Amino acid sequence: MSGTIPVTLIGGYLGAGKTTLVNHLLRNADGRRLAVLVNEFGELPIDADLIVAREGNLISLSGGCICCSFGSDLLAALIELKDRRDTIDHLLIETSGVALPASIVQSLSLLPDLALDGVIVLADAETIEARARDRYMGDTVLAQLAHADIILLNKADLVSPERFSDVSRWLGATAPRASIVPAENADIPLEIIVGQHTPRQGDTRLTPRSGRQHIADYETLSFEIDAPRDPERLAAALAAMDCGLLRAKGFVRRFDGTFATLHVVGRRALIEPAPDWIEGPGRIVCIGLANQINRPAIEAAVEASSIVAAGSS
Amino acid sequence: MITIYQARKIVTMNPARPLATHVAVRGGRILGAGLLDELTGWGKHKIDRTFADKVLMPGLVEGHSHVAEGVLWRFVYCGYFDRTDPGGTVWPGVKSIDEVVARLRVANAKLYDSRQPLTGWSLDPIYFDKRRMTRQDLDQISDARPIAIMHASLHIMNVNSRALELAGLLRKGINHPGIPLGDDGLPTGEIKGPDAMTPLGPHVGFDRALLAADEPGLRDFARLCVRKGVTTAADLANLLPQPAVEMMLRVTGEAQFPARIVSLRVAREISPAELVERVVELGKLSTDRLRLGMIKIVVDGSIQGFSARLRAPGYYNGAPNGLWYVAPEQLREIFDRALAAGVRVHSHTNGDEATELVLDTLTQALRKNPSPDHRFTLQHCQLANAAQFRRMKALGMCVNLFPNHHFYWGDQHYALTVGPERAERMNACATALANGVPLAIHSDAPVTPLGPLFTAWCAVNRQTASGRILGTEERISVADALRTITLGAAYTLGLDSEVGSIEVGKAADFAVLEDDPTEIGGDKLRDVRIWGTVQGGRIFAAETI
Repeated sequence: MSGTIPVTLIGGYLGAGKTTLVNHLLRNADGRRLAVLVNEFGELPIDADLIVAREGNLISLSGGCICCSFGSDLLAALIELKDRRDTIDHLLIETSGVALPASIVQSLSLLPDLALDGVIVLADAETIEARARDRYMGDTVLAQLAHADIILLNKADLVSPERFSDVSRWLGATAPRASIVPAENADIPLEIIVGQHTPRQGDTRLTPRSGRQHIADYETLSFEIDAPRDPERLAAALAAMDCGLLRAKGFVRRFDGTFATLHVVGRRALIEPAPDWIEGPGRIVCIGLANQINRPAIEAAVEASSIVAAGSS
Repeated sequence: MITIYQARKIVTMNPARPLATHVAVRGGRILGAGLLDELTGWGKHKIDRTFADKVLMPGLVEGHSHVAEGVLWRFVYCGYFDRTDPGGTVWPGVKSIDEVVARLRVANAKLYDSRQPLTGWSLDPIYFDKRRMTRQDLDQISDARPIAIMHASLHIMNVNSRALELAGLLRKGINHPGIPLGDDGLPTGEIKGPDAMTPLGPHVGFDRALLAADEPGLRDFARLCVRKGVTTAADLANLLPQPAVEMMLRVTGEAQFPARIVSLRVAREISPAELVERVVELGKLSTDRLRLGMIKIVVDGSIQGFSARLRAPGYYNGAPNGLWYVAPEQLREIFDRALAAGVRVHSHTNGDEATELVLDTLTQALRKNPSPDHRFTLQHCQLANAAQFRRMKALGMCVNLFPNHHFYWGDQHYALTVGPERAERMNACATALANGVPLAIHSDAPVTPLGPLFTAWCAVNRQTASGRILGTEERISVADALRTITLGAAYTLGLDSEVGSIEVGKAADFAVLEDDPTEIGGDKLRDVRIWGTVQGGRIFAAETI
């Protein structure tokens, strides 16, 4: 990988399921070394059976993951983690229930070795609309939703299907930028939150994993792209609403022959130089909800990015 | 052994016996105040005439400060107004960027190690005719050494290019509201807000643990107390880890430690259940000079930082509403558990919406745990309106207002943050008293200088730095102000049966004054000269502290 660590923010109001999601991700890390920073007024949110050792406020977890709590100063905690960079594949930050993701995103920009991957905001299907109208917290809740790349509309099992589709519609109008994913117990494929595995050296495939059951049906589309592409243009097109993607990851050969890594989370796209062992045909893997993913739009996006943009080489 | 102190005048704050000429003391405790004849009956005594030409008041009580004031004096003072350091040196205010640079140059010349940071504090560039300080200003002093100056608000700092470089911030493409960029695309060197300051802190000497206080810092803070006539001071937001508690117990227990420190555990980093349990345990460690066992919660941000939570119509300049630092559910859980355990909670609320949330939450919590005499206190509470003061009274709350803001930032509040009407209503001391809400007033040192007589002057006059009187109707009398900086503050800390007035049975804590605050005139209250203190019967002269 290049020198940066991808960072995913996990936000949302108290009780939305952030802690459940974090535990779910740690339990299914599948070889990824996740580092989790947590802040929920100190209640240790990690399931006890995952904990291997505790040392100060740093907890070692099974599978090479670690968890760190931070008080009022997230940035200080991130700076302290710097020395452990080589042991971290992906950093998850569980924000406090009243934190605004937008301001944390700004803070992250001060640390050049971290790159924001995506903002996941959880919403409790039962209570989110009432929270958004609360006289004290309403504007905070709305600001959290407005900055989400993906909203995990959680606790779908606790409301009727009619009510659930009402809430989904309301969320769609309230947070038009976000992709909305239904879930029970914050259950969502790991790939959507932290992306597909980056292949180790010698492995050329980006393997989509599947098989686990979630309440929503997901669909994965893979493409090999032999010819060079403009990765910036491709990423922007894949992040457009009409592709219906939750997550895409790919390695794309530029017109100068070098490879770029491309990440898309909802409407957010990030391009960085690919690891130097990447070779062979370019390829991307796209995941979306089965009823939303739009193959023709994705194919059109791939096609259009083969045209050299004016001004680039 | 009984000592009877003779004084020019003793202002007792005891309404039954408001004035006296003598006060008898045994074992650090007051036997009585009155005429000499009324005191000799206690037995064998000596008459001490040290204060024969002085005026004694009860030792002043600072209800909201931070012992960090004692630490910051290790850095170079760069404030606009004259300020006295713990050793008694008066540092003249610096009136322009050139003067700031000149003062730092002098300090720079005394440092030998070229990597050692040079650090200043209390900069207030709003008085510098709109010119902002830049990194180039500070680069003139040294481009090899990291240099930083913390602003008076403690929410902004200015740094030089070397400090930016060490923090990895001397680069293009930074997109952060707390880091303004110059025409060259690089940071100007002004760093706004706690987040943006964090990467700089370790490189310029602003270590958070250090600012929470260390041994010399605590001793220096207490020396400042003596200079200001303070015998009891609240240290309002401390994480109080066990090693810090042990250090504070040791230092405050030193024979010559001259003040009583009331340190509140800030609600942070542990859950409400653990917090209340910890604070109950801390309470058991209390000594005479270190009082523990109360909680501080920060509910919102600051008005001048536009991070306070305001009700409609919001900020005068249209800035978006501020930030919550605690969720209502968490506040409620802490209140419930604290009331059940009999632990007092002080809540920082600057904006009136934050105040309203605390009032609502305590209303509910008291239904569950009815608690006569809980004395939960609103700290700062700057924008409360009359209706909110009525609710405080109905709920049995106390309030500790911040009149120093009128002097230091009143003009900015009028023009920029909250506009004329609310600027005149801010820190409504008269409304609090009229509604019978137990009142204290504070400095929030080091944000503004420690000094209850100055704070009292602010409450009596409500005069801004530019001379505007901000809210004539909210001015209070000298008598009320003096009561507020003694018994009033003591009440909010639950210490009013021990300190706050000179009367039989209370601690022998006196402010020793050269001038009579009841005679000098309200407009001169801040000019009252302070000789020193008596704390627990021990005499501390400012001149030799």
